[in-house]
Amino acid sequence: MIDPLYLTAIILMATVTYLTRIGGYLFLRNRTLSPRLRTVMESAPGCVLITVIAPDFVSGRPADLLALFITLMAATRLPILPTVLVAIASAGVLRHVLGG
Amino acid sequence: MRKDEFWEGVRGGFPIMLAASPFGALFGALAVDNGFTIGDAVFMSAAVYAGASQMVGIELFGNHVQPWLVVLSVFAVNFRHVLYSASIAKHVRHFTFVQKFFAFFLLVDPQYAETEKRGERGLPVTFPWYLGFGLVIYFPWIFNTLLGAIFGQLVGDPKAIGLDVLLPIYFLGLVMGFRKRDRFLPIVAVSAVASVAGMHFVGSPWHVSIGALAGILLAACLPPAETVAAPPVAIEKEA
Repeated sequence: MIDPLYLTAIILMATVTYLTRIGGYLFLRNRTLSPRLRTVMESAPGCVLITVIAPDFVSGRPADLLALFITLMAATRLPILPTVLVAIASAGVLRHVLGG
Repeated sequence: MRKDEFWEGVRGGFPIMLAASPFGALFGALAVDNGFTIGDAVFMSAAVYAGASQMVGIELFGNHVQPWLVVLSVFAVNFRHVLYSASIAKHVRHFTFVQKFFAFFLLVDPQYAETEKRGERGLPVTFPWYLGFGLVIYFPWIFNTLLGAIFGQLVGDPKAIGLDVLLPIYFLGLVMGFRKRDRFLPIVAVSAVASVAGMHFVGSPWHVSIGALAGILLAACLPPAETVAAPPVAIEKEA
């Protein structure tokens, strides 16, 4: 039933995730990190997340671009759950109106 | 094990569990949409237990990105946990070896934030409290993944209900969750531009590595902010 490729990938993902969770305790607990290193470590997730989706947003479809803009505005003001709702609603309505 | 502390933890984690639940379900539905079986999706939530990186994992995997690159991306998204575990070390020093083993497995963003807050206030960070807080988030996360995956399989074609727009938008929400961090905007903007350029000139999946590296390099080159922020600022709202 379970595809060995998927299973292996999931186990590897789980392993690297656990390593990040115990790694700081094992290797860094008695050290002070430089602000620069801290910035780098804190900015990594945002960088990866945005790169995964960025190409989706240059699809050139006006409905999606407008929805993106509305979502960005919502995201700076609202918590994530309402943001997602705003996003779905705006994407749905705009696609319907402008055609997507 | 002291029962009242365990339940105090459960009460503390409860609202976070509620907030995370829709995302557990969303993950399940999207995982099935990306070619995962229900079993894969549930196993992934149980084993990885890190919302944002799970989304990255299924999105890249669904696009047939090579597995090692998927794993590397997951690692990068979760790399911030290194800071967390280094930072809470002082509060969990008294845990036994086995307790630490489990405690670090459960170290998601809100778990870190609450542990740090509790420790700073001088309240005891006991293992029962930590476990109660963690498990009331962990088990529903798995269960909601199952519900979402079953739902996703029932729906079949996610485009029919607009589910396909959800993932990019959810990612965008996650990215914005990091916005209070040092020099967020230029770093993320550079990553986005580099990713689009990478997609255009090199092609998938390299846009992910190129974009992420560009942003991380910029973060490394920019002069650090003058005021060093107190303990890590924005805590993402993922589980």
